[in-house]
Amino acid sequence: MSHSVLRKQIGLKKRIDEFLDQVSEASLLFKQGVGFYIDEKHEQFEEKLSQIATVEHHGDEMRRAIERQLYLKTLIPESRGDVLQLLEQLDTLLDCCKEVLWQFQIELPEVPYKSHDDMQELVSYSVESVEAIVRSARAFFHSSEVTDYLHKVSYWESESDKVTTRMLMDIYRRDDLSLCHKSQLKDLVRQVAQIADRAEDVADRLTIYVIKRML
Amino acid sequence: MLPLFLSSGLFLGWSLGANDAANVFGAAVGSRMVRFRTAAIVSSVCVIAGAVYSGSGTADTLGKLGEVNALAGAFMVAFSAAITVYLLVKARCLVSTSQAIVGAVVGWNFFSGSSTDPAVLSKIMLTWVACPALAALFSILLYKFIAGMIRAAQLHIFTLDGMTRWGLILAGAFGSYALGANNMANVMGVFIPVAELQPLQVFPGLVLSETQQLFFLGGLAVSLGIFTYSRKTMMLVGGGIVKLSPVASFVVVMANSLVLFILSSQSLSNASVSLGLPPIPLVPVSSSQATIGAIVGIGLLKGGRGIRWRSLANIAFGWILTPVMAATICFICLFFLQNVFQQKTFHPVAYELTPSAWDKLSEQDDVTLETLAKLDDMWLERYPNASEFRDALTYRLGKRPKLINTIMFYARRDSVRISPKVISQLGSDHFSDEELDVLYELSGQVFVHSWKLKDALGELSPLWRYSATDHAHNKMLDDKFSFLDSQLRVHTSKSF
Repeated sequence: MSHSVLRKQIGLKKRIDEFLDQVSEASLLFKQGVGFYIDEKHEQFEEKLSQIATVEHHGDEMRRAIERQLYLKTLIPESRGDVLQLLEQLDTLLDCCKEVLWQFQIELPEVPYKSHDDMQELVSYSVESVEAIVRSARAFFHSSEVTDYLHKVSYWESESDKVTTRMLMDIYRRDDLSLCHKSQLKDLVRQVAQIADRAEDVADRLTIYVIKRML
Repeated sequence: MLPLFLSSGLFLGWSLGANDAANVFGAAVGSRMVRFRTAAIVSSVCVIAGAVYSGSGTADTLGKLGEVNALAGAFMVAFSAAITVYLLVKARCLVSTSQAIVGAVVGWNFFSGSSTDPAVLSKIMLTWVACPALAALFSILLYKFIAGMIRAAQLHIFTLDGMTRWGLILAGAFGSYALGANNMANVMGVFIPVAELQPLQVFPGLVLSETQQLFFLGGLAVSLGIFTYSRKTMMLVGGGIVKLSPVASFVVVMANSLVLFILSSQSLSNASVSLGLPPIPLVPVSSSQATIGAIVGIGLLKGGRGIRWRSLANIAFGWILTPVMAATICFICLFFLQNVFQQKTFHPVAYELTPSAWDKLSEQDDVTLETLAKLDDMWLERYPNASEFRDALTYRLGKRPKLINTIMFYARRDSVRISPKVISQLGSDHFSDEELDVLYELSGQVFVHSWKLKDALGELSPLWRYSATDHAHNKMLDDKFSFLDSQLRVHTSKSF
C-alpha cells in the first residue's frame, strides 16, 4: 500500500510544483503584458494575453487533478483541507492576473503618460507579492521557514498600497481628464492593486496553516 | 471440558482485541492514514507473535500472585475479569483487563484460602502507577527528538506524510507485539497451571510449549476481537476523544509500546540485572492508561492547557475500582460455582513444618535460632491453606514478609511422586536423555515438598543444579521444574 502511496506522492509533489510555476508564470506574463500595453506594442500584448489564458487553463486543470488525487488517495488527511484552500486561493490569484490583463484588452483604457511609471511600479509590486507568496507556498510544502517570505508579501502589498494612493491622488487632481476617464483609471488601478491584496490574504491563511502544522 | 472452561479466557481475549487494539492503531485508522484492513491484519499477526514469543514474563508475575490450580477456578477468574471489563466499559469507565484479572486472582486467593503475597501485589500496583508516568516521560522525550529531526530534515509535506504512514504502521506493529507480550497473561495466564496440554510440534524445529499454545489461542481470540469490533473504537479514538497530529500519534503509540515492551521483556530485565541494576518488573499493565499517559506527556510539552485532568482522575479511580470489583465478583461467582454447580474451583495446598522443612530452614542464613524458637509450637502441625499458615507466621514473627515467604516456600506440601511411567511419557522435548537418566535414578520416591526434589536432583547431577552466574540456565531450570512439578503431581493424583 505504502509503496503505491509513495509513487503517488512523488507525482503529486511534481504537480504541485508545476502548479506553483504556473501561478508565478502568470504574474510574469501579466507584468510583461501591461508593459507592452503601455508601450503600445499591441501584437506582443495580445500574444501575452493568449499565453496567460493558456496558463490559466493549465492551472485550473492541475488544481483539479491535485484535488482529486488528494481526496481519492487520502493523502495528508490532517492538512488536506488546508492544502486545498491554499491551492484554490493561489488559483484565484492566477485568475486575477488574467482578468486584469483582459480588462486592458476590453476597456482599452488610456493611461496618461505621467502615470506610466507609476503603473509599471504598481504592477511590479503586485508581481513581487505574487512571487513572494509562491515562494512561501513552496516553503510550506517543503516544511522550511515560511515567515521570511510571508513578511515580503506584506511588504510588497503595503508598497503597492502606497503607489495606489499616490496614483489615485494624481489622477483625481488632474484637470485634463474627464471624471468618466478618472473613474475608469481608478477601477483599473484598484484591480491591479487587488492582486497584491489577494496575495496578502493568501499569506494570512498560510500563516494559520503553518501554525497548525507546527511541531 | 477444557474448551468450555477456556471460553471465558477467549472472551476476555476478544474484548482485549476489541478495546485495546484501538490504542495502537486507533489514531492511524481514525485519521484515515492507514486502512482498517491493513491495521487489523498487521495488528493480529503481531499480537499473536508477541504473545507466543514474549508473553511468559508477565505470566510468571501473575502466577506468583496466585497460582489458580483448578480448571473451574481458572474459568471463573477469567470470567469475572471479563464481566468486570464489560460492566465498566458499559459504565464508560476507563478499564483495564490487567487490573481486572489481578483483582479476580486476588478474589480466588481469598476464596481458596491461598495467601496473596503483599510484595508481589505491591510490585504490581506500583507498576500500574508508574506505567502512565513512564509513558508520559517517553512521549516527551520521543516528541522532542522526532520534532527536532523533522525540523532539521525539512522534509516535503508529502514525504513526511509517507514516512508518517510507514511509521504508524511500524509503531502499530510494535505496539501490537508489545500488547500481545504484556497482556496475553491476563487472557490466558490463569489457565497455564491447569490446562494440561502437551507440547505441540508445528513443523521440525518449531515446538510450541503448553503456555505458547494457550497464548496462541488467546492471540486468535484477540485477532477476532480486532476484526469484529475494534473498527468502531479505532474511529472513536482517532476522530473523537483526542485530536492529535499524525506525528504526535506516532509518538503516542511508540511511547505506549515501549512501556508495554519494557514491562514484558525478560531479556531486558536480565540485561538490567547483569548491569547491576534491579530487575525490571514484568507486570501486565493497561495499554489504555499508557496511551493516556503519553498523550498527557505531549499536552504537558505544549504548555498543559489542553489536558483534561478528569481523564487522569479516571485512571486513578480505575486502579482501585477495577480490582476491587473483579475480586468481589470472582469471590461471589466462585461460591456459586462450587456450591451450586458442584465444581472444584481449587485444590487445597496444605502447609506444614515437617522435619525436613525444619532442617532446611535451620540451614538458611536469614532464619535464626530465635526465629525457630518462636515457631516451635507449629512443628508438625498441618495448616489447610496458605492464608491460615501465613496468619500463624505473622502472629508469631510480626510483619517480616521476606522471612515469611522463605518459610512458606519450604513448608508448602506439594508432594510429588517420581513414577517411572510418567517419566517415560515426558518425552525428549523438554528434557535431554541425560536429564531423564537422572530422573530415573529417583524413580519410586515420593517427595513431600517439591524443593526436596530439586535438591535431590541437584545433588545427583550438575545438569539439575542452579548456577551462581548463568541466569539463562537458571530460568530454563525453573521452567523445567515447574513442568515436571505439574506433570508429576497431576499424574500422581491420577494413578493413586
